[in-house]
Amino acid sequence: MIHIEIQKKLHGSQGDMLLDVKLEIQKSAFIVLMGESGSGKTTLLRVLAGLERAEGNISVDDVAWLQEHKMIPPQQREIGFVFQDYALFDNMSVEENLLFVNEDRVLAKKLLELTELTQLASRNVKGLSGGQKQRVSLCRAMMKKPKLLLMDEPLSALDPAMRIKLKDEILKLHRTFGTTTIMISHDMEVSYQLADRILVLDHGNVIADGKPDEIFTKASTVKYTLNI
Amino acid sequence: MLETVDITSLDLAPFMLSFKLAGITTLILFILSLPLAWYLSQTNSKTKPIIEAVTALPIVLPPSVLGFYILVVLSPNSVVGAFFEDLLGIKLVFSFTGLVVASCFYSLPFMVQPLQSGFEALNKHMIEASYLAGKSKLQTVYNVALPNIKPSLITALIITFAHTVGEFGVVLMVGGSIPGETKVASVAIYEMVEVMEYGTAHIYSAIMVLMSFLVLLSVYIFNHQQKKIGILK
Repeated sequence: MIHIEIQKKLHGSQGDMLLDVKLEIQKSAFIVLMGESGSGKTTLLRVLAGLERAEGNISVDDVAWLQEHKMIPPQQREIGFVFQDYALFDNMSVEENLLFVNEDRVLAKKLLELTELTQLASRNVKGLSGGQKQRVSLCRAMMKKPKLLLMDEPLSALDPAMRIKLKDEILKLHRTFGTTTIMISHDMEVSYQLADRILVLDHGNVIADGKPDEIFTKASTVKYTLNI
Repeated sequence: MLETVDITSLDLAPFMLSFKLAGITTLILFILSLPLAWYLSQTNSKTKPIIEAVTALPIVLPPSVLGFYILVVLSPNSVVGAFFEDLLGIKLVFSFTGLVVASCFYSLPFMVQPLQSGFEALNKHMIEASYLAGKSKLQTVYNVALPNIKPSLITALIITFAHTVGEFGVVLMVGGSIPGETKVASVAIYEMVEVMEYGTAHIYSAIMVLMSFLVLLSVYIFNHQQKKIGILK
């Protein structure tokens, strides 16, 4: 169980606003976070990862990651993070990127097999395509056996065919490991297929929270989702 | 004006001394500048411009000004100089040790600035991914940041080395011209001209020009190759 109750002042493109989020997340849930640009989605993910400060409380399985002003650093949080721009270690091969996180070769081999990257294990990541890079990034995030997997628009930089393939692989990994996941996405179809819960963020507040069916039929959120 | 010089009898000690000085200075500056360059690249602190300005001072200051202050600080009459001489038995003026200290100040910006620019150009998410992988700042700098700024790293090391070989004013003020101790190549050339031994001065100068050209050429070739590899990959 993950408990989140945070506040953070943001100075964004839409002016000053307060990110004010209170959430309870069940173990193994797959949450898709939606919302317009500048609504605070990425900041929420970065606060959860410990990459940015905020006030409030975050606890994961009764371990406090943030308690008022006291926060534990990203190194000590059991987080997997997939960045939109992959953020792979360019000086390393595919396999080295994974083993840098954790020297568990069996897990690395299993992840590379699941994402059909075994053939590329010894290749330098610089030479890979966008889709391949994002799959390596996903595998790398799973190497820590995280309690929480955070993905910041992992599909947005990919072409439609690769998007479908990666979506299937994300689903496959989620079914295999059951990792609690929060993913930012603008894609209704992907969100519908992956999520068992959707959150819509607007000006730093959660304005809709529910199962995909409920969210996409609600007038207020349909308006938003059709606008993107 | 030019006399014949017997090349076999040419005293190469000043060159050896210059290279020894440059090698030691580069090593010390690399160790000292790494945390400073990393800090400057990561911080948004209000003191950052002040530290940057102080670090860059040796670029704009006349070497005589820098040399004068270093001489004042290192002399046995100052607290620092007295501490080293009385307690540690190390003489800092007109000695090789003093030259190393002076060179570290003189060449500091040439090490810090390329490293800082390299670190600043790195993808911030790559660094964060390393922290999220559980790695400390030290592990991140060593395993992720440095290997990904190779051109900046090579530039910093080589330019610092070459700049130290080429220093003259600071060296002359702090070290004087003691053969085998502080008489480096640039000082030796100055002395040769002073006593009108232009033949030797020519050879010394030509060696300096050739060495400097080869050093710079190697930096540019390396950086060009790195760019090509980047494009091909």
